[in-house]
Amino acid sequence: MIGFVAWRLLQAIPLLIGVSLIGFGLMHLAPGGPLAVYTLNPTIQAQDIERIKIIFGLDQPVHVQYVKWATGIFSGNWGYTFFGGRPVLDVILERLPATLLLMGSALSVAIVLGLSIGVLGAVKRYSVFDVLATTGALFALSFPTFWFGLMAIFVFAIELRWLPSGGMWELGEEGNILSLLRHLVLPTMVLALVITATWSRYSRSAFLEVMQQDFMRTARAKGVPPAARLMRHAFPNAAKPLIALLGVELPFLFSGALVTETIFGWPGMGRLFVDALNMKEYPILMGMMMFTAIFVIIGNLLADLAIAAIDPRVRLR
Amino acid sequence: MSATAAAPQGQIGRVWTRFRRHRLALAGGFVVALLLASALFAPAFAPQDPTLLDTALRFRPPFADWAHPLGTDELGRDTLSRLLYGGRVSLTVGLVAMVTTVMTGALIGITAGFLGGVVDNLLMRFVDTMLCFPQVFLLLVVAAFVPPTLLSISLVIGLTSWMEVSRIVRAEILHLKEQDFVAAARALGASRARIMFRELLPNAAAPILVAATLKVASAVLMESYISYLGYGVQPPLASWGNMLTNAQGYFDTVPWLAILPGAAITLTVMGFNFMGDGLRDALDPRLRMDP
Amino acid sequence: MADPLLKVSGLEVHFPIRSPFLRQRVGTVRAVDGVDLEVGRGETLALVGESGCGKTTTGKAILRLIDPTGGSIRFGGEEIAQHGASRLAPFRRRMQIVFQDPYASLNPRMTVGGILAAPYEIHRIGTPADRPARVAELLRTVGLPSEAARRYPHEFSGGQRQRIGIARALALEPELIIGDEPVSALDVSIQAQVINLMKRLQAERGLAYIMISHNLAVVSHVADRVAVMYLGRVVETAPRETLFFDARHPYTQALLSAVPEPVPGRRRARQVLQGDVPSPAKPPKGCHFHPRCPIAQPRCAEEVPLPRVVAPGHAVACHLAAP
Repeated sequence: MIGFVAWRLLQAIPLLIGVSLIGFGLMHLAPGGPLAVYTLNPTIQAQDIERIKIIFGLDQPVHVQYVKWATGIFSGNWGYTFFGGRPVLDVILERLPATLLLMGSALSVAIVLGLSIGVLGAVKRYSVFDVLATTGALFALSFPTFWFGLMAIFVFAIELRWLPSGGMWELGEEGNILSLLRHLVLPTMVLALVITATWSRYSRSAFLEVMQQDFMRTARAKGVPPAARLMRHAFPNAAKPLIALLGVELPFLFSGALVTETIFGWPGMGRLFVDALNMKEYPILMGMMMFTAIFVIIGNLLADLAIAAIDPRVRLR
Repeated sequence: MSATAAAPQGQIGRVWTRFRRHRLALAGGFVVALLLASALFAPAFAPQDPTLLDTALRFRPPFADWAHPLGTDELGRDTLSRLLYGGRVSLTVGLVAMVTTVMTGALIGITAGFLGGVVDNLLMRFVDTMLCFPQVFLLLVVAAFVPPTLLSISLVIGLTSWMEVSRIVRAEILHLKEQDFVAAARALGASRARIMFRELLPNAAAPILVAATLKVASAVLMESYISYLGYGVQPPLASWGNMLTNAQGYFDTVPWLAILPGAAITLTVMGFNFMGDGLRDALDPRLRMDP
Repeated sequence: MADPLLKVSGLEVHFPIRSPFLRQRVGTVRAVDGVDLEVGRGETLALVGESGCGKTTTGKAILRLIDPTGGSIRFGGEEIAQHGASRLAPFRRRMQIVFQDPYASLNPRMTVGGILAAPYEIHRIGTPADRPARVAELLRTVGLPSEAARRYPHEFSGGQRQRIGIARALALEPELIIGDEPVSALDVSIQAQVINLMKRLQAERGLAYIMISHNLAVVSHVADRVAVMYLGRVVETAPRETLFFDARHPYTQALLSAVPEPVPGRRRARQVLQGDVPSPAKPPKGCHFHPRCPIAQPRCAEEVPLPRVVAPGHAVACHLAAP
C-alpha cells in the first residue's frame, strides 16, 4: 500500500511539470506576452517597458524564467493582477468557496439521483423505467447547459416567480442562509443535470457488469436477500469505477460551473474566469488554469487512493 | 474486437441491420440528414436574406404571417433565415472541428500505440496533461488569443478535444499490432508508415467512426458555448450561439428568440449523440442491446 | 554442411522482465538461449518441441521480426543479425513466413488482391498496371481462381486462407520459407492438401523450409532433418529416419513415445515425463532438462551439455547419451 501511494505520488510529478509547461507556454503566447497590460498601454514608453522587463526578469533566458515562475507557483507566489495589482492566488481563493458550494451541492444531488436511477435501471433492466432513464440521460447530455439555464430562469424566475434569477443573495440579505439556499436551487439544478445523466449511465453499466459476476450468482444461490446482495455484495465492487469517474469528471465539473455561474451571475471561479477573459487579465486566467489543473491532479490522486483503500487487490500490489 | 476483425462488405450489411433496430439512432440519423440538407440548401429554404434589416417589423412572433414564419428579431431580421444560415455556420464548425479532432487524435494514438516505449510514454503523459485542463477553459483562453474566424474557431475546438480519440485509437492499435498480419507486413519489409496507415488504421475505423459522430455533437455544443460568451462566431454572421446571446437581452419579453436557437442546438447535438450511440451498438457486438 | 543457405549459431533472444513501478530490470526470460541450426538449399528442417520451448521465437528472430539479443544469423553467407531496416531489405525478399493462424495473418480490411500486391508495392517490383496479372499468377500457383483477388479474407475457408498466406510468401520468390505451424489450425483433411502444396512448390522452385511444429506426424511427412528444442535450446538434431528410429536424447525419446503408433501391434514403451516445463524466466542450471530427466546424474545439474556429434548429421546435447 505504501509502495502504491508513493508510486502514485511519483506519477503526479510529470503531470504537474506538463501542466506548468502548458500554462507557462500559453502565458507567453498571449498577445503582448506576460506584460500585455503595459505593452498594450499607449501611455507607457518603450524604455519603461524595457525597465519593467528587467524588474520582472523577462530579459533572462526562457528556461530561467520558467524555473522562477514554476518555483513561484509551487511556493504560493502566483503573480499580481494587471488591474489593482492584487496577488492572483488571493483573488482566486476568494472565489473558491462559492464555486465549491455550487459544485458540492450539484454533485451531491447528481450522485444521489444518478446512482439511484442507474441502480434501479440495472436491477430492472429493459423495463419501461430503464428505457426511459437511458433515453432521458442521452437527452440530458445533449442540452446546452446555458440554454437549459435560460429556460430554467424563464420558467421558474420570470413566469412562475418562485425563485431568484441570479446572484447569491438578495441585496441587504448577505449572510442569510435561507436567501442563499433560494439562490442555490436553480444553478444546482442546471449544473446537476448533466452530471446526473453521466452518473446514471455509468452506475447502470457498472452494476450490470458486477451483477453478471459469479459471486453474485453464488450469493443468490446461498439465499442472500436481494437488498443485502445489492448493498453488501454488488455495491463495494461497483463503487470502484464510480470513484474513478469522480476523479475524471472534475474538469467537466469546472467547465459546467463556468457556464452555470455566468448565466446565474454566481460569484464563483467560473464567473471570475469570464470576467478576467473580458478584461484581458492574463495573470488571473493563467492562475486559474494552473489552479484547476492542480485541483484535478489532486482529485484524481485522491480517487485512486480511495480505490486502493477499498480494493484489497490494489493494496497488495 | 470481432467488429474490426470481420471484414467490410458483409459487415456493412450486418451493421446496418443492427443500427436500424435501434429506433432512436435511426431518428438521430434522420434528424442529422435533415439538418445537413437544410444547411446545404439554406439559400433555397430561407424566406429572406438573413442580414436584411427591417426596423418596422421588429419582434414579430412566430406563426403570425407567411413572410416571417418564425418571426423576427430585435432588428427585424427574419428568424427562420437566421436559423438556417446559423445552422450552416454551426454545422461547418462542428464538422471541421471533428475532422481536426479525429485526425490529430488518430495520428497521436496510432503513433503512441505503434511505436510504444518512450514515444508512447511522452505522448500519453501529454494527453494526461491536456486532460487536466477543463476544455472550456482551454478553449476560451486560446479563443481569446486568436482572431475569431470560422476556421480558427473550428481548429481551436478540434485541437482541445482530440485526447479521448487518441486514447481510443491507441488502445485499438495496441491490440491490433500483435496480430500476425502486421508481422507478415514486416516480414515483407513494409515501412513503419505503411504498416501504420495501410495495415493498422483501416482496422481501427469502427471506433474512430463512433468517436467522430459523437465529436460533431460536442463541437457544436462547444461552438455555441464560446459564441454565447462572445469569443466565437462574430455578428453579423449568425450562429446559434450568438443568436442566443442576442436573445438574452429581450428574454423576459420575447422568449421565443432564445427558445428557437437553443432548440436547434439541442436537436443537432441530440441527433449526433443518438446516432453515435446507435453506431457504437451496431459496430460493437459486445455492447449489443439484445442477443 | 559445406555451404548452408542459413547458418544460425548461438542465437539468443532474452526478454527483460521489468518491475511495474520503476521499470527497472528484475529478471530475464530466456526464450531462446543459444540455438545452433543449419538449413541447406532446397532442404526442409523441422523444428519441434512443446509449446513455449522457443521454436516460434527462434523462427521470428531468424526473420528479424524479433531482435536477437545475441548470436549470429548468416544467410547466404552474410551476417544479418545486426542489420538495420535498410540493409535488411534485400533479405526480406529471400526469406518469408507462413503463419499458424490463417484468420489473424491476413488483414481483414484488405482484398486478397491488395494483400498479394503488397509485396510488389513495397519492393517496387513491376508497374501498377501489371500487378493484377502477377496476383492472378500467384493465385493460380496455389490453386485458387483469379476472381479471388476481388474478395476479402473472411469469404474464404481456413485452407483457402492458408493458400493465400502461402501465395503472399511466394510473391517475392524467396529461397527460404519459415512455416510457423502452418497446418496446425486446419482440419486434418485440409492439412494434407496444404502440405502437399508446399511440397510441390518446394520441388518446383527449390525452396528451403523451416517447419516449426509440435506435430511429429506432420514432421515425419515433410522433414529432411529434424531439430528438437527444449526450453530455449536445441537438444538433438538428426536426419528424419535417424531421429524417428535412433533418438539418443532422453527428451526426444519421451516426445516420440507420446506419438500414437500407426502400425497396430508395434508398440514403443510409453515414457511419461514427470513435472511441468520450468519457466524460461528461471531455467534450471546445467542441462535444462535434468529435473525431469529419467536418467539424470549429478553432473547434469552443474554442466551445460554441448552438442556432440554421434553419427554423421546427428548431434545430441546430453552428457549421458550413447555415442
